[in-house]
Amino acid sequence: MSAPGFTNLNSSISYGQNPATPHRNGPAQTYQPMHPPTGCYGAPPQQQSYPTIPAHPAPVPSKAPITNSAHSANYYRSNHHQQQQQQHLSQHHVAPSPYSASPSSAPPSQTYATLPSSAPPPSNAHYSQQPLQQQHHPPYAPPGSYYGPQSYHAPPAQQSQQQPSLVPAPAVGPGAPVYPIVSYPSAPGSSQFGTLSSSQSAAAHGVMPTQMGAPLHQYGTTRPASTAAVQPGYGVAPPSHLAPTVNGQGGTGHQHYDQSQPASLSYDSYGDADHPPSGTPSASVHSSPGHHQGMQYGYAANSGASSASAATSGPAAAPSSSSSEDDDDDDDEEDEEAGGDTSSSSTGSASPVPNSYDNLEGGSYPDSMPPSNHMTNQAAPYGNYGYPGMPPAYHQGPAAVTDSSPSHDPYGQSSYQQYSQPFPNMSQLSAALGGLSGVPELEVAALRPVNLLQERDLLPHRPLEAPEPNLSPDLKKVNCCPQSFRCTLTSIPQTQALLTKARLPLGLLLHPFRDLQQLPVITSNTIVRCRSCRTYINPFVTFLDQRRWKCNLCYRVNDVPDEFMYNPVTRSYGEPHKRPEVQNATVEFIASSDYMLRPPQPAAYLFVLDVSHNAVEAGYLKYFCESLMDNLDKLPGDTRTRVGFLTFDNTIHFYNLQEGLSQPQMLVVSDIDDIFIPSHDSLMVNLKESKELVKDLLTSLPGMFSESKETHSALGPALQAAFKLMTPTGGRVTVFQTQLPTIGAGSLQSREDPNQRSSTKGVQHLGPATDFYKKLALDCSGQQIGVDLFLLSSQYTDLASLSCISKYSAGSIFYYPSFHCTQNPTQLEKFQKDLERYLTRKIGFEAVMRIRCTKGLSIHTFHGNFFVRSTDLLSLANVNPDSAFAVQMSIDDSLADSSLACFQAALLYTSSKGKRRIRVHTLCLPVVNQLSDVYAGADVQAITCLLADMAIDRSITSSLSDARDALTNAVVDLMSAYKNNVCNLQQSGLVVAASMRLFPVYILSLLKQKALRTGTSTRLDERVFAMCEFKTQPLQQLMRMVHPDLYRLDDMSDQGALHLNDTVVPQPHLLHLSADRVTRDGAFLLDCGNVFYLWIGKSCDHLFIQDVLGFPDYASIPATMTHIPELETLLSERVRAFLDWLQDKRAFSSTLTVMKDNSSAKASFFQYLVEDRSEGPFSYNEFLQHIQQQMS
Amino acid sequence: MAFTFAAFCYMLALLLTAALIFFAIWHLVLPEYLIHFFFCVMFFCAAEWLTLSLNLPLLAYHVWRYMSRPVMSGPGLYDPTTIMNADILAFCQKEGWCKLAFYLLSFFYYLYGMIYVLVSS
Repeated sequence: MSAPGFTNLNSSISYGQNPATPHRNGPAQTYQPMHPPTGCYGAPPQQQSYPTIPAHPAPVPSKAPITNSAHSANYYRSNHHQQQQQQHLSQHHVAPSPYSASPSSAPPSQTYATLPSSAPPPSNAHYSQQPLQQQHHPPYAPPGSYYGPQSYHAPPAQQSQQQPSLVPAPAVGPGAPVYPIVSYPSAPGSSQFGTLSSSQSAAAHGVMPTQMGAPLHQYGTTRPASTAAVQPGYGVAPPSHLAPTVNGQGGTGHQHYDQSQPASLSYDSYGDADHPPSGTPSASVHSSPGHHQGMQYGYAANSGASSASAATSGPAAAPSSSSSEDDDDDDDEEDEEAGGDTSSSSTGSASPVPNSYDNLEGGSYPDSMPPSNHMTNQAAPYGNYGYPGMPPAYHQGPAAVTDSSPSHDPYGQSSYQQYSQPFPNMSQLSAALGGLSGVPELEVAALRPVNLLQERDLLPHRPLEAPEPNLSPDLKKVNCCPQSFRCTLTSIPQTQALLTKARLPLGLLLHPFRDLQQLPVITSNTIVRCRSCRTYINPFVTFLDQRRWKCNLCYRVNDVPDEFMYNPVTRSYGEPHKRPEVQNATVEFIASSDYMLRPPQPAAYLFVLDVSHNAVEAGYLKYFCESLMDNLDKLPGDTRTRVGFLTFDNTIHFYNLQEGLSQPQMLVVSDIDDIFIPSHDSLMVNLKESKELVKDLLTSLPGMFSESKETHSALGPALQAAFKLMTPTGGRVTVFQTQLPTIGAGSLQSREDPNQRSSTKGVQHLGPATDFYKKLALDCSGQQIGVDLFLLSSQYTDLASLSCISKYSAGSIFYYPSFHCTQNPTQLEKFQKDLERYLTRKIGFEAVMRIRCTKGLSIHTFHGNFFVRSTDLLSLANVNPDSAFAVQMSIDDSLADSSLACFQAALLYTSSKGKRRIRVHTLCLPVVNQLSDVYAGADVQAITCLLADMAIDRSITSSLSDARDALTNAVVDLMSAYKNNVCNLQQSGLVVAASMRLFPVYILSLLKQKALRTGTSTRLDERVFAMCEFKTQPLQQLMRMVHPDLYRLDDMSDQGALHLNDTVVPQPHLLHLSADRVTRDGAFLLDCGNVFYLWIGKSCDHLFIQDVLGFPDYASIPATMTHIPELETLLSERVRAFLDWLQDKRAFSSTLTVMKDNSSAKASFFQYLVEDRSEGPFSYNEFLQHIQQQMS
Repeated sequence: MAFTFAAFCYMLALLLTAALIFFAIWHLVLPEYLIHFFFCVMFFCAAEWLTLSLNLPLLAYHVWRYMSRPVMSGPGLYDPTTIMNADILAFCQKEGWCKLAFYLLSFFYYLYGMIYVLVSS
């Protein structure tokens, strides 16, 4: 449905035929009085907006200044262009009428006034420029100019063109004294015509006109429209568009605040009205009927353009911009957003499209279309829809409305199915096709029974990808990226009984705040959500018709707000199913103040540094200060960013960094039992204002404590001080700790018995020793403070207790066992790299995440770092792009009545720029009722990760051996279930679906992980840290840690290599993690997630050693080697390209260790070869035999 | 017919059980445990062995339940970080309903017991 086509049709028809208009009118009238659902016509809502408009004169100007971005400018330009091109001149005509004529018109006038004032001159330039050009715009002024011109020009043009048709229309009636003038003009279909004819495809034009049109038609019938009047409306409209965009831009350019306000403000001029009615524009519309028709029309006219747009468009500003942005770069983001805004322009009301349709059909069927008629054309349905009721309404005028409405309803309902087809919405299609049949080949492949005892080469050549849900291609295309949102079963069993029978866990793995390459950002006045379950509109909802959508989670039928009818991407009206929200499963909304409990907080960072003797020994302070100094400008934030420092040994030291001091002032509080804050306003300072002092401090800090002999550590009191310091704002507390806290609140004793490290009995002390840290974390969480813990220690520090401070405040934990700045260079390198990533990565503050799922499914357990505030709401004081979450689910009610199950995770957070944003991920999966389908859709990696989370919980609440047994039983249960229920072949041996063929290997790997292993010497802290990692690492990273990828590098070929930007990235095959794959004459790369091991065999090819490592032979390779030299040889380039390519896909950079066959590190390499019986109890074969025994 | 100590115990238990019924619903854990412990002691003093034996399992359960609570420094049974897990929540609610049933039954039993003691003595 391209706008142009419509427009053409409309224009032609409308002009030529009067009848068409009447039809339109008829429907329009009925709609207004009637109910929202019916109201395809946008006009009504607009009306509401109208009144408000006048009220907000001031805001506009204010906004104007804000806007910087070129995008908006572009947008405007485009509008201009079109308008100008289409219509020149009539400014004069139009302009006069609106202003002079009506008080009501005031709003528009204001807008004009303000706009012009801002910068008229540029306008010319803009005009000349092409609409699409983005980015160079002189800011602000231009928009203003645009407005001025647009409004003027546009109206006239329309008038001129359209007037003919309009003329017939009755004069302004009752109308509104004030409004009438304005409105009428606009109302008249003339605008439509004009626009339509004129508009070629530009969304803005098309949109506006259509809106206008609806009202116009009515007018036409009721009264003759004054041509002049119409134009004003028009003129207004464009401005509204502009204004919003402007705001958006401005906002984006700067800070969230601006934006959010701007949006409203911009609207305000026209659109404030929108806001007030806010929730339910449609409702207001309906009510509008009460107004004089004339009035309404007037509204429509004004708004028509303006408000319709305004309302929606209020949105306009907000409405919606969709654009892809680069998440990584905030600045880019904002720019992009701005761009989006511009593109979004005004929102349309639904009406426009329908009108156009009406026109089309009207031409063919003057009187009324029987609902039964089906047009092959998509448009047809709409037309039909509107028409049926219409005819009567026509003549009757207002009265008709009431009558018509009842009649209309039936039509509407009956017509639903019809509509559904015509609508191109994929969701509908999907609903129909969704779970029915899938891709047989895939399914067959996934279901192929695999006898594990016979088939040994189970690994795919490349790392396993997430299985594709068995959905229709359209749905697959829009479904959420598996890296962000993944389900353990890509085919959801219909009932709990079926799920139990399958013996597989049902759960979701989320990585909601992941760094994304492309993310549509939507600025919209009203974020469209289901009224009962509050689900955000998403690609999987069903549009019953143009004005109603059915929630895919609770199945409630909701109204489509008018502003949602405008599509900012295509710039056309009446295509709600083409909006970015409905085209993307992952979107981000800029939220309004409705989503704030308080003004968005500034980015606030507090660093709590251990400076006891132990810390000085380890020497981390110097590297931390260096790293922070380097990244000070890259800390995410804006001009409000605040930082603070706090050091502690057995006392707490605060640093006064107040602007104006010549050097940082240290304040020591030695009363750690009753901690207090020595100064309230100078300890957390604005980074921008006090940057010099901060740098001073960072330079001097490492030296200040170099002589420290204090061995005690008062971590608890330091955290309490940090809590008090951060309470007013919330933010991020980063704690560096090097030893067990020994004094003050929260002091701990060593609980580890080194002799028990390799015990097979069970491991004690996996839980916290005190709830001090947990309680403090909950307090922090309540004040939106997230605590991140860097633990750098060589001895036991009771991470099990300390980790609580991060666990429940949604922080992250980093652990560097036996960290020492000189003796352990690999740890130091890792620390530095991690720190750089940590300091510069995105951050979201005061976040909450809610996970919703289709009715019948329920969430019952969460895994990750957060505080669960209610059964489906996670409170995240901070959210970072590197932490993931998992949830377990159960099926409460049968899902038989739907073929699709959907899950939606919505993360509401404050960006570092102070904008409130909502990131929404929606995942759609088919529902199946066959056990074999469930197995075919099983995602073995996700299942493994979820089981790992469950095992961690079990080992803490119960015991480690319980957890291990449970994992083994998971394999046994699956095998038995598959054998008994699916596999009809009475095969001997272990048979499993091909989709799950790696399950035993993964479980065996899990059992050999530090977190869960027994019998191998494992320090308690390392074990606990591994457990924390299981809970928070995203799936890909976790799988690399659990089951590392092994490649052979010395015989790589370019076969199947990737070609990326001139570099050739070879793709060596994965190897099984078994020592018999690691030959003496090869070089192997083991990718363990956060570390690469390059294994050089004893008799490795000299060529490889020379070309890649730069040494003549094996013997000359040094014992410790952590880098690959950049040699000019082909092999070296390939190896480095491959390493870089692996590296690019992960957030934290991995360190590389070159290992020689005879090195002492051999043990640490072979421990990753999980299929062998190293120190653990089972080799893979033994494990399989064990499983088989258990099964029988 | 005389107002014995046993009758007094039953009367007291009767009143307190009425309170327990509400505590079981509202999960006022400590008051509930203390009250239950209190009239168990009273029955012990009154040598009402049958009644005491009926209550002993619950008493033992209370002790076990409180001993195995999550690590926390203050009094209390429910850990705010885990209570929102649906399975734990479901367990606690089920526990509450079971106790409610028990207290309702014992309410009538105490009523009967009080009258029986009053009449028989």
